[in-house]
Amino acid sequence: MSDKVLLDYGSGGRASQRLISRLFLENFSNSELNRLNDAAELLVSGRIAVSTDSFTVDPIFFPGGNIGSLAVHGTVNDVAMMGAVPRYMTCGYIIEEGLPMADLEKIVVSMGEAARKAGVDIVTGDTKVVPKGAVDRIFINTTGIGEIVVDPAPSGESAKPGDAILISGTMGDHGLTILGTREGLEFEAGVQSDSAGLNHLLVKLVRELPEVHVLRDPTRGGLATTMNEIAGSSNVCCELEEGAIPVRPEVSGGCSFLGLDPLYLANEGKFLCILPEAHAEKALEIMRGDELGRDACRIGTVTDANPGKVVLITRLGGKRLLNMLEGEQLPRIC
Amino acid sequence: MKLLDRFRDPELCKALLGKLEKELEGELRFMEVCGTHTVAIFQSGLRSLLPEGIVHLSGPGCPVCVTHESEVNAFLDLAERDDVIVATFGDLMRVPGHGGRNLKAAQADGARVSVIYSPFDALKIARENPDSKVVFLGVGFETTAPTIAATMTMARNQGLSNFLVLPFHKTVPSALAALMDDTATRIDGFILPGHVSTVIGLDPYKYIATDYGRSAIITGFEPVDILQSLLDMVQWRNRGEAHVTNNYTRAVADKGNAKARQVLYDVFEPADALWRGIGLIPGSGLDIREEWADMDAKRVFGIEITEVPPLPGCKCGQVLKGILSPDQCPLFKKACTPANPVGPCMVSTEGSCAAYYKYKVD
Repeated sequence: MSDKVLLDYGSGGRASQRLISRLFLENFSNSELNRLNDAAELLVSGRIAVSTDSFTVDPIFFPGGNIGSLAVHGTVNDVAMMGAVPRYMTCGYIIEEGLPMADLEKIVVSMGEAARKAGVDIVTGDTKVVPKGAVDRIFINTTGIGEIVVDPAPSGESAKPGDAILISGTMGDHGLTILGTREGLEFEAGVQSDSAGLNHLLVKLVRELPEVHVLRDPTRGGLATTMNEIAGSSNVCCELEEGAIPVRPEVSGGCSFLGLDPLYLANEGKFLCILPEAHAEKALEIMRGDELGRDACRIGTVTDANPGKVVLITRLGGKRLLNMLEGEQLPRIC
Repeated sequence: MKLLDRFRDPELCKALLGKLEKELEGELRFMEVCGTHTVAIFQSGLRSLLPEGIVHLSGPGCPVCVTHESEVNAFLDLAERDDVIVATFGDLMRVPGHGGRNLKAAQADGARVSVIYSPFDALKIARENPDSKVVFLGVGFETTAPTIAATMTMARNQGLSNFLVLPFHKTVPSALAALMDDTATRIDGFILPGHVSTVIGLDPYKYIATDYGRSAIITGFEPVDILQSLLDMVQWRNRGEAHVTNNYTRAVADKGNAKARQVLYDVFEPADALWRGIGLIPGSGLDIREEWADMDAKRVFGIEITEVPPLPGCKCGQVLKGILSPDQCPLFKKACTPANPVGPCMVSTEGSCAAYYKYKVD
């Protein structure tokens, strides 16, 4: 194969077949995909959760991961937030002509590894190569399918006054890493993406505690945006204790330098859990028992004081809104 | 305990709040000049904790907010030119001009606009695009002007002939005089900006006490800084005194930064400037000196700043002068929201309307 991706590789002819068999099949191999039929034949039972996502992250390689592993983590996490065991994934690659073959290989290899770790089969896929400039190097679209194992499934509209609000770890690591890498800014050692598949931990959690009301991963828009979505859907007030929200000092320092708020930065390996107060301690114990939830803590309580709003109780004991962000966070002048 | 933690210490804040409450006689109307202070007061939750008699006014210290409508129109016109790449800090991207224009919309229509983190980044863009003129939008106060002057010096040293600056800088001290001269404003004292003061020091503010009999304190951005400055002003007033002092000595030298001022004034010279909502303030801006005319976008493109009327219904001018609080503006949270900002005080992350919208619990 050429050392760069050529338009030929998307032609559907021999070049395409070589790319598929030598790269994709080798890394994603499973019995269903290997049949190379026009569609996958799946065995699923009961209620299923389906989620689709497109990954256009810039840069495509970043400390802690790349667009391939991120595509798996993002998708299995979305499915698992429904109290579901992710089983299958699809993936569509849109590649810009000229992408180094070594980069594509790295992405596919790490996507395959992430899928195996998550226990998910990539059962069907598609590869398109488009002329230079038509996309920015590589875009990946995925769809995940999982079997829901709790009834009712956790949902953003199920938060109730009196519920405890828990978070699985520190906020803003992924968002600051992406921004820093994109802009060539060097932060203190230790700032790297938290990109990870949370499905094994989430499934354990809901199996042991089917009382969980809400599970959400605070991805784009961060904790603040996700909390606002939940407050709005459930028509409740989410009161958060500022001092309890975990943020790494290096992330907090980088944000302060750039005029950004870590509570609005994306996370790719964390989740929020809202559940009745009586089960909060048990949930924390389960979360902390897993490497991906070792910094889990309680950050607030659901109330009926200001329905639809998120109120932050500051370290001084004052109250302020934690509003939804309008547009993207932009660095300021002074 | 880290140094900064001391300035955020909840117990110390509680003690200062108690003292403030005890010593406050009547009302103290204070204005924090700087947008970063506005945000700090809200973000820390301090605003919800201050005694009722402490009346909090947000001042003209957000560089985006005081950029005049005419200047906004000028840079939007510039962005539409085919031969220009506009380089700017992110704050200006959504600032509304007349007819619903802004840089984000211009970018979507094909204008070449680059959001950068340092003016030095614009030099790289200039090097990579030798057939275009790269214009950095010079908006800001004394804080940013020295860096921009240094960037221009570097561009000249590197022989870059396609890097220009559109100079809309403003200087803080004379704007405060204009505010106190306006009979509609009632300000007892100022929390002076920390960043600007690192450059200009204490002297340029001293007239506030000697000529106007008001107090002013250079203040840091942590809750303890702000509370201590408010307490000082209350105590001085109780004693019938007015002073201008520096409470931010950990970052600001009384004499400021002479080197930064030299870099600044090598390239810029004082000029009259238009301030949104306030109008023309003599000597409150910075124009590029004749010797640097080849980098002056105003001269190179023949940009005339002609005064255009304010945006209909927008009360940003009165908000900037502390005459109206954001939630007293009839458009606030109705026609004017962060999604659809009528005026710049709602669009800027440091604008007072945006801060009220974003942080104030009803």
